Amino acid sequence: MQASDRFNINSQLEHLQAKYVGTGHADLSRFEWAVNIQRDSYASYIGHYPMLSYFAIAENESIGRERYNFMQKMLLPCGLPPEREDD
Amino acid sequence: MADLDPEIAKTQEERRKMEADLASLTSLTFDRELYGDNDRDSYLTSIAPNDEEDPNLDTTGSLVAQRLASYTAPRSILNDVARAHSEEDDGGYKPRQTIAEREGDYRNRRLNRVLSPDRVDAFAMGEKTPDPSVRTYTDHMRETANQREREETMRLIAKKKKEEEEAAKVQKESGAPPLPPASSSKRRNRWDLSEEDGGAAKKAKAATSDWDLPDAAPGIGRWDAPTPGRASDATPSVGRRNRWDETPTPGRVTDSDATPGGGVTPGATPSGVNWDAATPKGLATPTPKRQRSRWDETPATMGSATPMGGMTPAAAYTPGVTPIGGIDMATPTPSQLNLRGAITPEQYNMLRWERDIEERNRPLSDEELDAMFPAEGYKVLDPPASYVPIRIAANKITGTPTPMATPGYLIPEENRGQQYDLPPEVPGGLPFMKPEDYQYFGALLNEENEEELSPEEQKDRKIMKLLLKVKNGTPAQRKTALRQLNDKARELGAGPLFNKILPLLMQPTLEDQERHLLVKVIERILYKLDELVRPFVHKILVVIEPLLIDEDYYARAEGREIISNLSKAAGLATMIAAMRPDIDNIDEYVRNTTARAFSVVASALGIPALLPFLKAVCQSKKSWQARHTGIKIVQQIAILIGCAVLPHLRSLVEIIEHGLSDENQKVRTITALSLAALAEAAAPYGIESFDSVLKPLWKGIRSHRGKVLAAFLKAIGFIIPLMDAIYASYYTKEVMVILIREFQSPDEEMKKIVLKVVKQCVSTEGVESDYIRSDILPDFFRHFWVRRMALERRNYRQLVETTVEIANKVGVADIVGRVVEDLKDESEPYRRMVMETIDKVVTNLGASDIDARLEELLIDGILYAFQEQTNDDTNVMLNGFGAIVNALGQRVKPYLPQICGTIKWRLNNKSAKVRQQAADLISRIAVVMKQCGEEQLMGHLGVVLYEYLGEEYPEVLGSILGALKAIVNVIGMTKMTPPIKDLLPRLTPILKNRHEKVQENCIDLVGRIADRGAEFVPAREWMRICFELLEMLKAHKKGIRRATVNTFGYIAKAIGPQDVLATLLNNLKVQERQNRVCTTVAIAIVAETCSPFTVLPALMNEYRVPELNVQNGVLKSLSFLFEYIGEMGKDYIYAVTPLLEDALMDRDLVHRQTAASAVKHMALGVAGLGCEDALVHLLNFIWPNIFETSPHVINAVMEAIEGMRVALGAAVILNYCLQGLFHPARKVREVYWKIYNSLYIGSQDTLVAAYPVLEDEQNNVYSRPELTMFV
Repeated sequence: MQASDRFNINSQLEHLQAKYVGTGHADLSRFEWAVNIQRDSYASYIGHYPMLSYFAIAENESIGRERYNFMQKMLLPCGLPPEREDD
Repeated sequence: MADLDPEIAKTQEERRKMEADLASLTSLTFDRELYGDNDRDSYLTSIAPNDEEDPNLDTTGSLVAQRLASYTAPRSILNDVARAHSEEDDGGYKPRQTIAEREGDYRNRRLNRVLSPDRVDAFAMGEKTPDPSVRTYTDHMRETANQREREETMRLIAKKKKEEEEAAKVQKESGAPPLPPASSSKRRNRWDLSEEDGGAAKKAKAATSDWDLPDAAPGIGRWDAPTPGRASDATPSVGRRNRWDETPTPGRVTDSDATPGGGVTPGATPSGVNWDAATPKGLATPTPKRQRSRWDETPATMGSATPMGGMTPAAAYTPGVTPIGGIDMATPTPSQLNLRGAITPEQYNMLRWERDIEERNRPLSDEELDAMFPAEGYKVLDPPASYVPIRIAANKITGTPTPMATPGYLIPEENRGQQYDLPPEVPGGLPFMKPEDYQYFGALLNEENEEELSPEEQKDRKIMKLLLKVKNGTPAQRKTALRQLNDKARELGAGPLFNKILPLLMQPTLEDQERHLLVKVIERILYKLDELVRPFVHKILVVIEPLLIDEDYYARAEGREIISNLSKAAGLATMIAAMRPDIDNIDEYVRNTTARAFSVVASALGIPALLPFLKAVCQSKKSWQARHTGIKIVQQIAILIGCAVLPHLRSLVEIIEHGLSDENQKVRTITALSLAALAEAAAPYGIESFDSVLKPLWKGIRSHRGKVLAAFLKAIGFIIPLMDAIYASYYTKEVMVILIREFQSPDEEMKKIVLKVVKQCVSTEGVESDYIRSDILPDFFRHFWVRRMALERRNYRQLVETTVEIANKVGVADIVGRVVEDLKDESEPYRRMVMETIDKVVTNLGASDIDARLEELLIDGILYAFQEQTNDDTNVMLNGFGAIVNALGQRVKPYLPQICGTIKWRLNNKSAKVRQQAADLISRIAVVMKQCGEEQLMGHLGVVLYEYLGEEYPEVLGSILGALKAIVNVIGMTKMTPPIKDLLPRLTPILKNRHEKVQENCIDLVGRIADRGAEFVPAREWMRICFELLEMLKAHKKGIRRATVNTFGYIAKAIGPQDVLATLLNNLKVQERQNRVCTTVAIAIVAETCSPFTVLPALMNEYRVPELNVQNGVLKSLSFLFEYIGEMGKDYIYAVTPLLEDALMDRDLVHRQTAASAVKHMALGVAGLGCEDALVHLLNFIWPNIFETSPHVINAVMEAIEGMRVALGAAVILNYCLQGLFHPARKVREVYWKIYNSLYIGSQDTLVAAYPVLEDEQNNVYSRPELTMFV
């Protein structure tokens, strides 16, 4: 850890990661980052009602169904994690 | 063989003769020629320090006296000297002091406790019958019982001896001429005074005043249970508290505490010789002074000292307690002397050594003698018939293998590798060892080959090394050692660990820091060891319990934490098993600490778990000590957990309620006190739980006297506020009769309690004011409003509080009317008490009740009291005067001339203090004077004050300036006399004054004038003041600096910014950082008050000065400026951008840092105002700085980026970020992810729209198809 980090929020990186799941670090893989992005996106769609209704119209689904679908997709948004090559 | 016999007989004969001689020596036959024919009975055997000893003398007093006895000068002087000395020695650090030195006798009794051997863990054993070699709970209980019995027997024996001696004496004296009565009535503590004459008289006299008489034993201390950390009598510091029933400490006669049960209670003894009555004979004065020579003390003292000796195989002391040797031991042996007084740690160590030596030199056994002597030529003789063998409990001879007593770590004789004159060199890597540490860590000095040691020894060595590092090592060593101990706790094992740690904690020379560290070690390993600690619970408690009564709050908290963790680790059953035997320990100290520890266990494991046990203990038939401790546990629980007792209140009350009618007085007392604690904790709820105790309590106050009564009253005082109004009124009337009777009690403790209870009763809703007025007030004032009450601080406070509470009920007029005359009393402390009371009453209730006559009296009184005060450091008179005048408001008008006359006269007084008070008084009554329309008078006062501006005492000058300020504030700039234009020039030189009070008041006044009346003063004068103000920026007090900086703003507003700015910009060149910082703030303020465009050109021009400080100052000013002006900044952002560009590209770090913070403020100010183009441009200059490592710079840069996020939107920053998130260089990635994270935390939702489009991979979907939907 750098000396400068002692004073700011990054000083407790672990704590930060626990509190904000979406934060990243230098060793984050493409897959992990993408998962975060997807989940944030779905959460955002669900959280903004106009967005949700827009998607509902576009997909010709009920808003409730759409919300359910998005929540389901948050489970494994990018599919199974790829095999780690370096292991 | 036969021819040996006569020889032996002859030797025996000779020896008998010699012994007879010796015996005559020991029985004190005096040389008649030398001492005359006088019987030595008529000599004074001791000299009391004061002729008439106060039987009420509390132990606090005697404690102080005891401690003082060892000094030769007043303590204050010694302390001073000591401090001066130590400052030289250790560079101003606080002198190190061991805990034992700091603590009083009572607390040092912890050192008397024994680390009992490990006990078997009943849970680990399962169903097996315990091995006879291990110690079980039964063993321990049996031993405790034995010990109790032994104590009792010893005491009985001693008593019997005493009685016999008495009888003999009486018989002898009946023939001798009677002593002159005059002398006998004066002299106390004559061991030979018979009960019949002087002693009896003395006793009768004592009976009237000594209220603990009935049970005499000053034991069971501290029944008002100093709640650690509570406000009232919080600090349990031994020195100050009035522990009127404190247990005697080991230095004194210990046994009165241990009065065994009902059997030996004073009154019950048929012979009439009881412990209390024994006092005049010098056996057991409850509070003997240490300096009194007690050569005639009987070995009863020794008997009670056994628990201490019991620590080791106490062969040495046993002769003292046995009836044989003890009786005629006139001169105390050195070890006895040691037992008596406050023992220094060195002496403790010596004692320990001594004991060790004596153990080695114990009498040889028959077997040993047989082995030593040849079988022939010797005959084994029968012991003489009179010989009584010394009986020592078997466990004492063998000596429990406590680490404390065994000389396990002393350096073995064979090891000659030591240097005796030099401190032995500590083997590599270990910290320095203090001399007293050798005892524990000596083994580490032996340069033995580690490989040769057995695994056990290696382990021990390892533990010792780690502990030494923790105890004496540097912080780094300590840290690693602590971690190692923590990690390897289970591997090293509970036994070896605790066997090393706990004796260290019992070390008498331990210091606070060391104790803290060792306690920390225990706490850490407790977690790790968990259930393995069970066998050591009692040992740990022995060392941790004393922390619970430590004077240091943190030590108490630490102790509670450990005990709480311990009980969680060991479980309730083990905790109870470990502490049960201590509950009825004969030593009050042990019981006291055990009760506190139990309360911690209760709070850790929950009260319900402990209830059945508590119930059983509180009903113990076997000993009153157990009942007492049980009830005390309830009290401690209430104190410790406060309102959390509410769910269990009823059961707790039920458990202890029978104690109110206990046969033992102390149990009754503690029960009442526990009820008080419970009621206090439960307030304002839970009255229904106390239903069952109301009757006994109210009946009790009619039948009890003395301290039991006090305790009962205390309980009632806390219960009444819980009641409904109607009941409260009824019960108050019931108790009031008793309270009023006790008003006249001479006892201080009773007085305090009565006052407190009156306050509690009176403040209850249901009590009518008429009742108070008619029934309470007359007696209350007659008995309490006397001069003597003002002399003691606690009485004083309590009386004021109670009176104020009464006033809340009966109104101002009644109370003030009664005391107002006393404002003219001749005793100053008393006047002060009256003034404080009136002050508080009037502040609470206003002065509308006060009629014209009373008003006159009151003003007269306060004037008198104010004028007559000689020393008032607490400002009571001043505050009182101010409060009363303010309360009366316009009604003061007729008296104002008189008051002002007084003030004027006092302003001219010789004493600085008087002048200061007079000036202070003006600032307090200025508002009222304005209300009364006395502007002329104020103007006059203003002139007078103006004349006194030459005052030389800074404190007084400060007050005078404050008074001027108050007047200026009230009457305004235009009406002020002297006129402002005269006043201000007079203030300019005063600004130079370096005294804080003067500075503060002066700058306030000048600022006020600059703000409201700048036009009265020529610009030149303001410029002069500006220069003076620059100096004020150095002030230490923030308030002064802030006032100064604001004053710059006012002045700039008044005379225009140019000149002020020039002054300030010049000041940027100074060296002092604080001065520059304040200057930059002032520049920013000037810019804010006079609009930025008046300042910016000059400021930016100043940046061209090729000087770091100046340029940085300019940048800092810009930063503050943009912070202050906020969105006004949008008009100036393009103007300053080139300057910031330059600064952000400067080589100097501070330039970039300050510029970055300016950019941050700028960005935050103009967010949403359409300045994005300039901001993006600046961001391009900021961004390359993200790899800076200096903490301040990187912080400023990151904050600037955050500011940009707000102003430009997260998407822009994300796009800057993306380039580095997956950079091949790790260092780069780290920085970029850091920025990303703060970006993400700041605007998580916004980022959703801005994330890059990721391509899908074979199995994984990374794209976000939803975003491409289109209706």
